[in-house]
Amino acid sequence: MKSSKISNISIHFPKQELNNSDLIKIFPDKDEAFIFKTFGIKNRFIREPFETGSDLSFKAAESFLNEFPNFDKNKIDFLIFCSEGLDYKAPTSSSVLHYRLGLNQNCGCIDMPMGCAGYIYGLSIANAMLVSGNATNVLLLVSDIPTSVIHSQDFDLRCIFGDAGAATLIQATEQKGIGKFVFGNDGEGAKNLIVERGSTRAPIDKTWIEKYKDEPEYLAHGKMEMNGLEIARFSLQRVPTLLEETLQKNNLKFEEIDLFVFHQASKFILSALQRKCKIPKEKFYEYYENVGNTVSCSIPIALKNAQLEGKLKKGDKVMLLGFGVGYTWGGTIVEWA
Amino acid sequence: MNIQEFISIIEEEFDEVEQGTLEPTTSFRQMEGWSSMHALILIALVDNHFDVLLTGEELRALNTIQDLYDLLASKKA
Repeated sequence: MKSSKISNISIHFPKQELNNSDLIKIFPDKDEAFIFKTFGIKNRFIREPFETGSDLSFKAAESFLNEFPNFDKNKIDFLIFCSEGLDYKAPTSSSVLHYRLGLNQNCGCIDMPMGCAGYIYGLSIANAMLVSGNATNVLLLVSDIPTSVIHSQDFDLRCIFGDAGAATLIQATEQKGIGKFVFGNDGEGAKNLIVERGSTRAPIDKTWIEKYKDEPEYLAHGKMEMNGLEIARFSLQRVPTLLEETLQKNNLKFEEIDLFVFHQASKFILSALQRKCKIPKEKFYEYYENVGNTVSCSIPIALKNAQLEGKLKKGDKVMLLGFGVGYTWGGTIVEWA
Repeated sequence: MNIQEFISIIEEEFDEVEQGTLEPTTSFRQMEGWSSMHALILIALVDNHFDVLLTGEELRALNTIQDLYDLLASKKA
């Protein structure tokens, strides 16, 4: 039976870094040890002014193409771009990226403004295109720039989030690969993690620009508001069920999973989930210390690093769970190629 | 679980708190180093040990460790 596989992941981080010693200059009443103890993070990467999600994805795709000069980019016949930092209202950023990357014109392009569960949804669309025979090589670009919507004085959010881009090549295969998906949504949680202003429903106005005149780019892209307690409750309530549902849908037992890679939400949420789901430490992969929470990029970044560290080998069964803003969640199990 | 066992678990979980310093009458907001992060830790601790996911409102309405213990006892009854 036809399946699909993750053939390669390439990552790009912006140049500018924000480490804990930079943060305590902005927040003099905090100390570095407190930040590290609370968030488990030492460093994050920050986009350049006016750099968009598609710029970071473009660079991730370029590194992929440079790394594999023998891969013919004309073979890419579907491009998915997942980001909450899109270039324009129209056209799609995937269309812009398609042109910048010089891809074959016989290639479909779509945008997905998804967030924390975005990588799972992107994989599901790539998998559907490949298994149905409608595409043979899908390029899934994910990128998020949460720092563009964080107020300079919001201590928690500046500690937690970082920017990044990732490029994943997904190809058809006759072997086992990407498994079945579980999806879910609860729009009642929208208010608990939201970037409201700067949108079609709530554009910024003169008052906004006056209020945020000292912020970079007047916070014109909007301002992230997060109710951390509600997001933690949602994660504790939903993710253990999502884990069970994902196992059932793939006819696998908990013990058969070699590695669990969740959306790298925060040190607190991950350690509470690891404990609640009774996942052995050595099977629970965490990667946020040097990058923070990179939204839709957190799963591909973790997968890439798990592979580099030798914790992800061919044939391993890895469970991927994404959850957050929406609320939206999704899960799948991948047999590593 | 009796209240002393519950207190021991809280003392173990909160790094800033010395063993044997909490009483049933201790207001948890007055515990050493209390912050919004500790509300999260308390919610996760209760979820882990009692399988009860408290809401922010429920936690805000409580004052002492005894109050919290009583609420959990009534939920599990």
